[in-house]
Amino acid sequence: MTEPNPPAATFTPHPDLPPPAATTGVIGWLRANLFSSPLNALMTLLVAAALLRWIPPILDWLIFSADWSGSSRQDCTGEGACWVFIKQRLGQFIYGFYPEDQRWRVNLVWVIAVVASWPLFLKRNRLQVPAGLFMLFVFPVIAYGLYTGPLFGLPHVETSQWGGLMLTLTIAVVGIAGSLPGGILLALGRRSKMPVIRTLCVTIIEFWRGVPLITVLFMSSVMLPLFLPEGMSFDKLLRALIGVVLFESAYIAEVVRGGLQAIPKGQYEAADALGLNYPKAMGLIILPQALKLVIPGIVNTMIALFKDTSLVIIIGLYDLLNSIQQAAVDPNWLGFATEGYVFAALLYWVFCFSMSRYSQHLERRLHTGHKR
Amino acid sequence: MRKSSHSAAVVTAALLAFAGTAHAGATLDAVKKKGFVQCGVSDGLPGFSYTDDKGNVSGLDADLCRAVAAAVFGDATKVKFTPLTAKERFTALQSGEIDILSRNTTWTSSRDTALGLNFTGVTYYDGQGFLVNKKLGVKSAKELDGASICIQAGTTTELNLADYFRANNMKFTPISYDKSDESAKAMEAGRCDGLTSDQSQLYAQRIKLAAPDDYIVLPEVISKEPLGPVVRHGDDEWFDIVKWTLYVQVAAEEYGLTSKNVAEAAKTSTNPDVKRLLGAEGEKGKDFGLANDWVVNVVRQVGNYGEMFNRNVGDGSPLKIKRGLNALWNQGGLQYAPPFR
Repeated sequence: MTEPNPPAATFTPHPDLPPPAATTGVIGWLRANLFSSPLNALMTLLVAAALLRWIPPILDWLIFSADWSGSSRQDCTGEGACWVFIKQRLGQFIYGFYPEDQRWRVNLVWVIAVVASWPLFLKRNRLQVPAGLFMLFVFPVIAYGLYTGPLFGLPHVETSQWGGLMLTLTIAVVGIAGSLPGGILLALGRRSKMPVIRTLCVTIIEFWRGVPLITVLFMSSVMLPLFLPEGMSFDKLLRALIGVVLFESAYIAEVVRGGLQAIPKGQYEAADALGLNYPKAMGLIILPQALKLVIPGIVNTMIALFKDTSLVIIIGLYDLLNSIQQAAVDPNWLGFATEGYVFAALLYWVFCFSMSRYSQHLERRLHTGHKR
Repeated sequence: MRKSSHSAAVVTAALLAFAGTAHAGATLDAVKKKGFVQCGVSDGLPGFSYTDDKGNVSGLDADLCRAVAAAVFGDATKVKFTPLTAKERFTALQSGEIDILSRNTTWTSSRDTALGLNFTGVTYYDGQGFLVNKKLGVKSAKELDGASICIQAGTTTELNLADYFRANNMKFTPISYDKSDESAKAMEAGRCDGLTSDQSQLYAQRIKLAAPDDYIVLPEVISKEPLGPVVRHGDDEWFDIVKWTLYVQVAAEEYGLTSKNVAEAAKTSTNPDVKRLLGAEGEKGKDFGLANDWVVNVVRQVGNYGEMFNRNVGDGSPLKIKRGLNALWNQGGLQYAPPFR
């Protein structure tokens, strides 16, 4: 019996089965990340329970039961946060005692700062050099002139009237702008071969790094006036600013020194072999590499500095935090300090987080393939 | 707050020894020359000095400086305020940064002498008191036997409390907290029957409670905390001006002169005391180096003592502090002005 050969079977692979339902999609992700072992499953459940327990009341307090409109404490029911308090006092939190009809000057300074420094945050472009020079040399004069007044024929506003976020930013920006060059110089001086300069720099660094900032501020405000001749008094804010700059310079110096030490000896020798003198060798070869290495450390110090500005509270300057505390002791608003602190935390977080993001961006931009 | 500054004060005292004596001379002239009174106030204390919605420094302490400005310049707005922490306050006064320290500072002998300062009077008689729940049905601190009391740890408040209960042969259970807000919360939660602190603080603390009306401040005051303005040693003329600015406000209240009627009274009053006080008779202003109608300016622009008290801490304010010891002498209090003649 013969049968015709069956037609040659052509191999057709079975179409791919979908992956097991338990390893894909939401369920797969959940299994892999949240329930991969009994212990992890237990932890997940505990954390979820905790979140469910805590998040709704917090949101409820912050948003759903909060009072948003009104103008006095009677408008607050007390069930949720009373944002009316923040709303009523916002002007003081931002500008301190700066006269209301003069606040445009502060705004103008901020607008100039943002517009003029914008090119610096973009990719390499032609405007960067003029913008940098403007921010370094012209902007401080403009800002000082607008803030205080007489330089441009505006009414004089004393530094004791500065306050709120404006003061916090002023201290932070002056601190950063002053301590970075100061710190670099101190770091270079500490590695100098000249004994006098080296000893001087080591002494400065170790002295300022060895005392707490709060002591520096306290000395500048309480002790210094006693040693000055009578009738001679420095501006309180100026004293604080000098203290902050000296203090932060010492920290930056040590961060930068770390970067200088991380540069291989060959780079120094190469600079010498090219016949570059000291400023050129440092400015063109060593510092660009060293500073790039220590961006995280520098930004770390800057963020710490930004938050440390709130220490000026102990010398009676009304920075953001102190303005809020001050408003919270107004008998008309007693008992709303929590809202104030939440608001302060939010503002501080926004600024610090922006600085952190910017530093990451900067690291990526300056990344030249040497990262290990 | 006031107590913690003792050690700082002592530390600075030695340094001040040489600085303190150097400030003889006419503060009044210097003040007139610069055109304003520089006044040191606290960095925030409800009712005494705080910033209002418009950014003005308000409160009893601030108003006293306004009164001095009204006395010197005839204009209560010619004053600038320096907020000072408890630790800075004496140095600021000593170094000449401020002309008056009006920062609820307790009058003590060591401050009056060794620190080289002069207390010009008492703007507010404070003292430690008790805040209790009305449910206890207690009307006096003497009935607090066996009560549990919330206190701030490590303050003299704690010692005063122990002394008071021992002197009255009563028992109590102290429950310590680090912060005054914590002890208030503890009292609300029923952890203690009452809490103790300076009376002016108790009233501020009460506002923060969820149901302020359920709590009362007991009338007893178990410690002395006379708060007043301070000036430097060595300028008696300025000392007199600040001292009498408060006295004339007290006197004005006694004679029924208010910010509303004082200008009228200066013209029409027939009472010789009032006429002398308001400069309608005699040349008393000259003795102070001030304008003859300086009292009118003070009372018209800042008010008499009672008005100042009510507006900032009394019934006209959210604090609603009773006059108590701060009532006039003829109404059972301690506020008494020497004769103006």
